Amino acid sequence: MKLARVVAGAIAGLAMLGATALAADAPPGATSCSGCHSPTAAEDATPPRLVGRDPEKIVVALQEFRSGQRKGTIMDRIVKGFTPEEIQAIAAWYGAQK
Amino acid sequence: MTRLHPSRREFAAGAGAGIAATMLPRPMLAQGAAPKIVVVGGGFAGLTAARMAKRYDKGLDVTVVEANPTYTACPFSNDVIAGLRDIKEQQFGYGKVAGDGVTLAQTNATGINATARTVTLANGNVLNYDRLILAPGIELRFDALPGYDEAAAQRMPHAWKAGEQTMLLRRQIEAMEDGGVVVIVSPQNPYRCPPGPYERASLIAWYLKAKKPRSKVMILDAKDAFSKQRLFQNAWKQMYPNLEWVSLSMGGKVSSVDPATNTIATDFDKVKAAVANVIPPQKAGRIAELAGATDRSGWCPIDPVSFESKQVPNIHVVGDAAIAGAMPKSAFAANAQAKVCAVAVAKLARGEKPETPKLINTCYSLVAPDYGVSVAAVYHPVNGALAEVAGSGGVSPVDAPLAERKEEAELADGWFHTITSEVFG
Repeated sequence: MKLARVVAGAIAGLAMLGATALAADAPPGATSCSGCHSPTAAEDATPPRLVGRDPEKIVVALQEFRSGQRKGTIMDRIVKGFTPEEIQAIAAWYGAQK
Repeated sequence: MTRLHPSRREFAAGAGAGIAATMLPRPMLAQGAAPKIVVVGGGFAGLTAARMAKRYDKGLDVTVVEANPTYTACPFSNDVIAGLRDIKEQQFGYGKVAGDGVTLAQTNATGINATARTVTLANGNVLNYDRLILAPGIELRFDALPGYDEAAAQRMPHAWKAGEQTMLLRRQIEAMEDGGVVVIVSPQNPYRCPPGPYERASLIAWYLKAKKPRSKVMILDAKDAFSKQRLFQNAWKQMYPNLEWVSLSMGGKVSSVDPATNTIATDFDKVKAAVANVIPPQKAGRIAELAGATDRSGWCPIDPVSFESKQVPNIHVVGDAAIAGAMPKSAFAANAQAKVCAVAVAKLARGEKPETPKLINTCYSLVAPDYGVSVAAVYHPVNGALAEVAGSGGVSPVDAPLAERKEEAELADGWFHTITSEVFG
């Protein structure tokens, strides 16, 4: 539910900015991700594409990296630098990117 | 004028007086003129900043100043030295920049007037700016180590700026007779690519093990600790018995070098090198000093939210030249900083306040072609400096199986492809 609100907010934000040439503001940390996550990678690649991906899937993956349920080489270390709210915002923002 | 999100044009026209009161002081812009952003440096930091600024706000007038027609990337250049990779794979052009609407000035910046907000170019042109982003990378200090100057670097390559120096070191190692000692001189912190000297020692040792097994690699170090140390040292023990690390406290600090005899002197000893790779101390690229953005350390203190210089207003510094607190001088960090800085600059140019950022660094090193290790962390501003987010980050597990080292080597390769596609593609 919370995630849905974040996504809705991000989409609304994009619509408001539609009149100008401005891109939607990325939440803290989000612009760093593209250093490894290619916008042209497959969704099941390692590391996967984030752009346009279902935000819920991104959130679940990151939660699993955090809990140790999912084994990562490096994402398990990076995810610990973000709060659950920040993770949701990043996931929503990437989901809204094309 | 009650909309929450006024357009940039409304700001520039000064129509939103009530809104503007809640913003930072607006820059002095001619009415309707596009804010001018000049970026000096076309590497991982500079080119990222220029393209990101333009993508974020198409209304900006963005120029990047870079003299070299081709960029030669440092990450993976140790592979080139060890004969694992062609230097061409390190080289990238600027052909895609124009497509983003960014202007490329293919020349050097020779002077900056921070009061008049102008950049003087070697071709005689003068660029005005509202915001200037400096991304000059490093300058090697040829005054810091007795005997090591620009001429000495032709005999004892640093190979710390990728290109001809990389190839010079490779040729020397290829020409070396079996039984020789390759000496790597590693500097004090801070310097570009903290784990770089140790990755280089590893890959040279890998090459020698296969091709010239009676040879040695010796690291003479001005430090007692280094990045990913346990990971490197554990792997060295297993793979490279002929690799020796001489720490500061074991007499590793080099006091002078003699290019005529290829001899390296420490306080206690003299080593005759078959190949000498001298990585000297470094400082921010010269243009940062000319701009007045460097402090006594030779690097540039910056605000961790906007990357604006703490010494010169309207000038921002990103990448290796900046004092980015706990963030290391890596290509990943440069790229991450540049994206944050570009958005901050775009916001400041229209009188908005930049958001408090978070930044990530990820850095892979190869101990062997199929053996990778990594370090990562997340950073945020704390008391005016970038600090690690507590509990985030760390290095690869010390006890990881070889399959995981192989996977990290593959991820390293993928990372290079992804980041260079973002910056240059």
